[in-house]
Amino acid sequence: MDLLEIEDISKHYGARKIVDGLSLQLMPGTIACLLGPSGCGKTTVLRLIAGFDQISAGAIRIDGEPVSLVTRMLPPEQRHIGMVFQDYALFPHLTVQDNIGFGLFDLARQARAKRITEMLDLVHLHEAARAYPHELSGGQQQRVALARALAPRPRLLLLDEPFSNLDVELRERLSLEVREILKHEGMTAILVTHDQHEAFTIADEIGLMHEGKIQQWDTPYNLYHQPKTRFVADFIGQGVLLPGTVLDRDHVEIELGVLAGTLPLECKAGCPVDVLLRPDDIEHDDASPMQAEVTHKAFRGAHILYTLRLAQGGSALSLVPSHHNHALGEKIGIKLMADHVVAFPRGKHV
Amino acid sequence: MPLKSFWFWAALSIALFTLAPVAVVFTYYGSPENEIWRHMKSTVLPEYVAHTLFLVCGVGVGTALIGVSLAWLTAVCEFPGRRFFSWALMLPLALPAYVTGFVLIGLLDFTGPLQTLLREQFGLSGFPPIRSGGGVVLAMTLALYPYVYLLARNAFLTQGRRALEAAQSLGLSRRRGFFRVALPMARPWIVGGVSLVIMETLADFGTVAIFNYDTFTTGIYKAWFSLFSLPAAAQLASLLILAVFALLLIEQYSRSRMRYTATGRASGNTRFVLSGSAKWLAVAICTLVWLAAFVVPVVSLGYWAWQVFAQDFDQRYLGYFAHSLLLGALAAALCTWVALWLAYAGRQQRDFSMRLMTRLATLGYAVPGAVLAIGSYSLIAWVDNHYIAWMESLGASSGPLLQGTIVAMLAAYLARFLTVAHQPVEAAMQRVTYSMDDAARSLGLSAIQVLGQVHLPVMRGGMLTAALLVFVDVMKEMPITLMTRPFGWDTLATRIFEMTSEGEWERAALPAVGLVIAGLLPVLLLVKHSEK
Repeated sequence: MDLLEIEDISKHYGARKIVDGLSLQLMPGTIACLLGPSGCGKTTVLRLIAGFDQISAGAIRIDGEPVSLVTRMLPPEQRHIGMVFQDYALFPHLTVQDNIGFGLFDLARQARAKRITEMLDLVHLHEAARAYPHELSGGQQQRVALARALAPRPRLLLLDEPFSNLDVELRERLSLEVREILKHEGMTAILVTHDQHEAFTIADEIGLMHEGKIQQWDTPYNLYHQPKTRFVADFIGQGVLLPGTVLDRDHVEIELGVLAGTLPLECKAGCPVDVLLRPDDIEHDDASPMQAEVTHKAFRGAHILYTLRLAQGGSALSLVPSHHNHALGEKIGIKLMADHVVAFPRGKHV
Repeated sequence: MPLKSFWFWAALSIALFTLAPVAVVFTYYGSPENEIWRHMKSTVLPEYVAHTLFLVCGVGVGTALIGVSLAWLTAVCEFPGRRFFSWALMLPLALPAYVTGFVLIGLLDFTGPLQTLLREQFGLSGFPPIRSGGGVVLAMTLALYPYVYLLARNAFLTQGRRALEAAQSLGLSRRRGFFRVALPMARPWIVGGVSLVIMETLADFGTVAIFNYDTFTTGIYKAWFSLFSLPAAAQLASLLILAVFALLLIEQYSRSRMRYTATGRASGNTRFVLSGSAKWLAVAICTLVWLAAFVVPVVSLGYWAWQVFAQDFDQRYLGYFAHSLLLGALAAALCTWVALWLAYAGRQQRDFSMRLMTRLATLGYAVPGAVLAIGSYSLIAWVDNHYIAWMESLGASSGPLLQGTIVAMLAAYLARFLTVAHQPVEAAMQRVTYSMDDAARSLGLSAIQVLGQVHLPVMRGGMLTAALLVFVDVMKEMPITLMTRPFGWDTLATRIFEMTSEGEWERAALPAVGLVIAGLLPVLLLVKHSEK
């Protein structure tokens, strides 16, 4: 059974719709991520699940029990949902151990102390147990916030942009560490972020949000390779859309050649489409007869990302091992190496 | 190095100058115990101590309750009129406590309109007397709660709702969240606000004088002006200072805690929307406090002043106004100028010794005016005696140089109100970054040109604020003005003292209206600032 079930919820402030008919289900033990640009309503969804805000339509159920209905909502303190806030919201007047033990007020003294010790072990903060939050580094504060939220064994953990206050290097390391901790605890969690790399690192499933709706709910792999809408294709990863023509149900022709793959249902032969090409779909091959001009290059260490002008004026990206170092304006040989095709009917902005 | 030491000596002399009146009070310990002090110690001193303690506890608890509840309501909850009340509840700051005090007596005394009405129309009587410890506590609480309100509100606003939401996500109800999270986090601010209130309570002279409720400050006045014993007055003053310094330590400690308890940005403030009876209870509490602390006193003052205006307003009032304005303006200019020096010295040399000098120089805000009056007067008398002796040794004879002038007053004002000026000046100075100096110098300006073309223009706002605050505070000031003014230098505040000593509440209202109008200026400034 699904642990969390969100059915067609909406949230509006006056005429402004922040969340617009959003649904999702979450199996126990899954780490999910709501990904999207700022202002897409992802944090609002978290606040609705946590019970800090009231929904305008729909229903939220946890373990089958309705916690948010339009007419009735369970107060946040009775939901057993943990939350890690963007600014951590640690209590500055309490030590690390008292912060972690804050939600354990129902436990007896010894059980409480034992749980606090467990959590300190889990996040490796034993030596800082008696420190105050302002004495900790950003990464340590983050771990205290996580331990505090996990300590009362919530049914579900919500994390609101938990790494956005950290520097890039630490972000990468901590997000892996957090994933391990969550998996170790068997915790079901939803994370909100605008950073796709963070989402890819930590999540089993990602919901890409845009204008209050989930555009696509999928694994990180599928989100990248099988985007269902133009918005998803554009938001995730890099790539270009090249015009093409459908030949039959399984083939589409673009200026670089013919691609095989499943095409959008409504397209018959002759239908004009836009085909998504990722930088790894175009390989550099000096022997190839097909030539393209280098218009821009970005050095990435092991690879160089070339922006190319094709013969008919369209542009494409190609990720090339960096010992193939070509100058701007040079013509280089390329070949198409896509094993599947992602295409959208031309002129329809979905 | 020579420049540095110049600034150090400047700060040191300012500190010595402002601390001298306080230090002088303690020199009387050396003189033999006199008859009057012995007498006072056995008769009235226990009463002073008991009264002072009662006021400190009563006003402290009263302002904490009212200030914190109002701050919570307006900062975190949502109810009809919240926006209005959030600034309107600051307005009582414009009323000196002694004005609120005499209005309360005028309205609620046995012969006042309310009791008379109840007695004659309904035959009700036997109300507790307003001229009592409880009455003073009521008046001071209504006048001083804004200090706690402002600080606690600031604390609740900067906490945002994030901390409370965190508590809720950990299973605490809103009510428990308030007591376990919001209140402890706001504690440094609340303690800071209450210690300011208690300092004002200890320093208060006007209110207790009107209520005839003797404390240390009125005791000092009586020892000096009724029993003509400066040493006895100084003994009392020194005891009062000890209490004040204990309080000062508490305040300092709470300030240092504030830094760590700040929780960064406020969250997107969605407020707790109160509904049903809670909503109307919130409206009722805010309305009641606002009416009692501001509207009723102001309306009464206006009505009384209008009644006596025709017969009372005459040539003399021009004198009161002129003296009040002149003293306010002189003190404002002096304090701002000295504050500028002090802030500049602190900027030129940023080290521990300089911070210490700055703290010492601005300690006077905690010292009651009655104490500073004694100290300043004694100091001036000492200087004059030496001057006369010196002139005589030269074979000339001379009268006193400084006594009978306003120098003693200004010295005491400077000691008491330098902090008031220093805070905005220093805040403005911090907006001038060091790289701005460097930038100006690299563009070819000399040090003096930097001062004139960069520092002063940037700091103009802060200096005006400083001058305005000091100006209004001096106008409202009572004990220093009363005790050290030269003969004939009556001001609005001393006129109020004179009229209230005779129980003429209506006639005291006329000068009080002038003070309240002046007092509203800085409050409106504060309101504008806090609404940003």
